[in-house]
Amino acid sequence: MSSRRPSLGLAVVGVLLTAGALATAFPFVWMITTSLKPEQESVAYPPTLLPTTISLDGYIALFRDLDFGTYLMNTIVVVLIGFVGMLLVAMAGYAFAKFRFRGRDRMFLLVLATMMIPIQVTMIPTYLILNSLKLTNTLLGIALPTLVSAFNLFLFRQFMSTIPDDLLEAARLDGASEWRILRTIVLPLSRPILAVQGVLTFIAGWNSFLWPLIVANDQNKYTLSVGVALLNKQLTIDPPLQMAAASVMVIPLVLVFVVVQRHIVAGFTMSGLK
Amino acid sequence: MTTRSAVAAYREGEPPARRRRRRANVTPYLFVGPAFLALMVFGVLPIVVAAVVSLTNLDISGLANRANIHFVGLDNYARLFADGAFWVALGNTITFVAIGVPSIIVVSLAAAIGLNQSDSRFFHALRTFYFLPAITAIVAISLIWGYLYNSQFGLLNYLLSLGGLPPVGWLTDPFIAKLSVAFVGIWRATGLDIVIFLAALQSIPRDYYEAAAIDGAGDIRRIFSITIPLLRFAIFFVTITTLINWMQFFDEPYVLTAGGPIHATTSISLYIFQEGFQFNQFGFASAASLVLFVIIVSVTAAQLRLRRSSDV
Repeated sequence: MSSRRPSLGLAVVGVLLTAGALATAFPFVWMITTSLKPEQESVAYPPTLLPTTISLDGYIALFRDLDFGTYLMNTIVVVLIGFVGMLLVAMAGYAFAKFRFRGRDRMFLLVLATMMIPIQVTMIPTYLILNSLKLTNTLLGIALPTLVSAFNLFLFRQFMSTIPDDLLEAARLDGASEWRILRTIVLPLSRPILAVQGVLTFIAGWNSFLWPLIVANDQNKYTLSVGVALLNKQLTIDPPLQMAAASVMVIPLVLVFVVVQRHIVAGFTMSGLK
Repeated sequence: MTTRSAVAAYREGEPPARRRRRRANVTPYLFVGPAFLALMVFGVLPIVVAAVVSLTNLDISGLANRANIHFVGLDNYARLFADGAFWVALGNTITFVAIGVPSIIVVSLAAAIGLNQSDSRFFHALRTFYFLPAITAIVAISLIWGYLYNSQFGLLNYLLSLGGLPPVGWLTDPFIAKLSVAFVGIWRATGLDIVIFLAALQSIPRDYYEAAAIDGAGDIRRIFSITIPLLRFAIFFVTITTLINWMQFFDEPYVLTAGGPIHATTSISLYIFQEGFQFNQFGFASAASLVLFVIIVSVTAAQLRLRRSSDV
């Protein structure tokens, strides 16, 4: 309500929200400052807020003594497979929005029904299915169970039904193939939803934990999340190392998120989730 | 609910009858095919597999050799209901839901209404802080909170000692551990719900507030007489999704306490995971997962019925 002049009430709200925001974000500040402390300082009593001496030992150890380079590469591969999945979802969303074909409504209903099935029910059978497909302990196996999300398919379908039919018909009359229409008309027009979905796909792939945990058996198939979880289970506690690992996972996402944040809220508004 | 309204929207959004029938070709099937297949294999087929497996004694030896798999009827279910740990896990889950769901709704609704009070740059910047936990990997969160909660050199106990208070076993006392784990869950979940509430708040026409202001309604009055009633659907949506999520509460207890101390933070989901993947009791764990599924579907259906009878 920018039209109103600033009131006392608004100032109080601002102060409260700022306090809440600082409290919410504080664990992240603590993570970054601890990751830069030498080990003795991180367990010192009383704790220091800012490191008295800056040390990058935690970060160096991650990549030199531990295998975080491999975990990072695996994570990137899992994210990339996720992007392929997003394109498959976009394609399906387009077909559900703009084609009439036998069984369409029934298929779409089945797609929506999968949204209600909790992961705990699918966890064990999905593992058994992956096992019988010989996909356990592969990066593809890690990415497959979450490759396609019914919710995202629904959002794509909603967005793509707003593309004018005349535009598609005109392209068909000009003799363009369906594949070409998808590539040169539909996908470019869907840039806003692709941007939102792209970020969400990136976040989901980057952070995914349960499937890498279940599917990856060998160290060289671990993703960052599994590597970070392992650090938590170690007997000796080395806070700077742990916080450096957390920072490596968190900071890239925060940067991506800050850049595209506005589009995400807009994307939720656009999807009619109100 | 999601399904119901989605189908309605789908029907409405259908284009008017085409002038001529589309070329009857395979294109739509090719476009839908890959995504649909993936959803069927990893969304629908598992239910069937779970139902079948829950009637067998499938374990690690059965995985290696099919000859070791035997049909056991409802034995797994009988064993489950006789297992004290299952009931403890169910009780813990109810506790988590009772703490988590109301807290998340109140906190995220209050924060969203507050954040929506001004379009200034400052308020927009504040939003980012609230969203941060929602996009952060749970494993990173657990490291950070594990360090804050640490009983020897954690910051929280240090702050208590400044006030002359004795240290607290944040993750080692059975009762406090429940609260600590739930708190991290709340901290992490509010961000997304704030986004949903903000999106809904932006759809409320400003005229309503102006009209109410002319009638002399104060700020608080406007929130309770205009904002909250108009957010009814968003509140319902958030309630139902939060409830479903908390009935499946898994990440926080798994990474922070591994269900301890002495099962005090073992949720149903964690129980299923442990039975399935740590003890390799696939048949038994499948039975437990189907029981959870039935609970979730019943609670969701009850909520839908409640909503249908309370308004429209």
